Amino acid sequence: MKGWVVPVGVLLFAEISARLFGITSDSLASPSQILAAAWSFLSTGVLFARSAQTLLAAVSGLLIGGGLGLTLAVLLGLIPPLSRLLRFPIEALRPIPSIASLPIVLMIYGFGYRMEIAIIAFACFWPVLIIGQSAIVGIEPRLIEVSRVLGLNFFSRVTKIALPAALPRLFVAFRQAAAVSLVVAVTVEIVMNPQGLGYELMTAQNSLQPALMFAILIYIGLLGWSLNAVLLLAQKHLFAFAAVPRLNA
Amino acid sequence: MTRIERTAWSAASVGVGVLIVAIWQFVAWKQFVSPIFLPGPDKAWAALIEGFKSGSLTQQTFATVQRMSLGWILASLIGVSLGALIGSSRNARDYLGPMLEFVRPLPASAIIPVGIAFFGLTKSMVLGVIAFGTIWPMLLATIHGFASVDPRLLEVSRVLQLSRLQVIFKIMLPNAMPDILAAMRLALTIALILSVVGEIMAYQGGLGSHILEASRAYHSADLFAGVIVLGIIGLISNLALTALEAKLLRWRHP
Repeated sequence: MKGWVVPVGVLLFAEISARLFGITSDSLASPSQILAAAWSFLSTGVLFARSAQTLLAAVSGLLIGGGLGLTLAVLLGLIPPLSRLLRFPIEALRPIPSIASLPIVLMIYGFGYRMEIAIIAFACFWPVLIIGQSAIVGIEPRLIEVSRVLGLNFFSRVTKIALPAALPRLFVAFRQAAAVSLVVAVTVEIVMNPQGLGYELMTAQNSLQPALMFAILIYIGLLGWSLNAVLLLAQKHLFAFAAVPRLNA
Repeated sequence: MTRIERTAWSAASVGVGVLIVAIWQFVAWKQFVSPIFLPGPDKAWAALIEGFKSGSLTQQTFATVQRMSLGWILASLIGVSLGALIGSSRNARDYLGPMLEFVRPLPASAIIPVGIAFFGLTKSMVLGVIAFGTIWPMLLATIHGFASVDPRLLEVSRVLQLSRLQVIFKIMLPNAMPDILAAMRLALTIALILSVVGEIMAYQGGLGSHILEASRAYHSADLFAGVIVLGIIGLISNLALTALEAKLLRWRHP
């Protein structure tokens, strides 16, 4: 209840001051104008199409980058010599900011989905690799011994022992990567790629429609917030048994 | 594992890195990938040396590091002091907490159009975006660290009749320090990303503008040189903060 006081107060203040002083601006809009812009934008259906573009790129990049990261995480987690050998190359590549790959990928793919997905995949690869590897390494050693006693081959050791045992923490990795995927998707669209919500946000600013700009900004915020909330809820219900450490809560 | 074994593994790991560069050189030399997209490590290295010799790359690197550090320091100061104010008062936490949690998942770059609307494509816009985008991890970590103080410590402070300032500096801040330092490390990574994003968009010099220009002109060697420098900046800043963290938090592991 108390959490609503300040936001509602700010909105009221903005609305009243906008009405009182009759501000017309290229950079500000009153809450009621933002609401009206959101309403008219919703009815055109553009918002739906733009959201679909952003989400498609984010999900594809997440699946590709996360899948590759998970594969490498399992290999490195189960084969310690391999992880020792690859430590230096990984530590050398990891600090490259994902957005720095944009000009390279842009040269190769030009504008469009492929470029955006490649950058998202690059960005999602690292959190899944790092958290995933520590999740696999953290598996109860007796489980690995059991799998050896049972004479399981490498593949069934991965699918029957390692992945299920590490699942709660792997989900944390997935949640982090999902947040990263949305952030990077919107960033790439704002910076370069003429599609998706980020581009729509940029267009609204360029065409001096602050009400629409704030409406889209709030919508992107809602999207990120609900994604995070849904995944947190899923984590709580699915893995209630395995008190997952709060990494970024 | 003995020290000799560990050194051997590290050496082998560096060897793998060298091997990867050798494969890269081979692929570039045989032109399996068009040299327009993929320069060999020799060309990238030459561009790197040339860039630092002529001073242009040095200047861009300096501009980016300056922007990143300035935005990060600004965000640290504001984030930690605001976080201390909010975190040390139960009322402030109740009133402001939910709103902050809502803003946190917002992509920091989404604030760029708003920044442009207010400041135009200027240096202060880029700096403002960096500061605004990096402030959240530190603000929330500080609030969390201040809020999670063991109640018994607060009781002790009451018995000792410490003033509110003394409680903040002697009990709450040390308690929040591990969270704050971890958040500062994360924030520095975000600051570097936002510097590059800002430079790409606003064309205000720096490595972001440098790599974008190189890519537009298909000067892939310059482009790779710029990306390598960015990686090194990320690596060094991360190592420095990890070392600082270990030093400042030594009291936790006697």
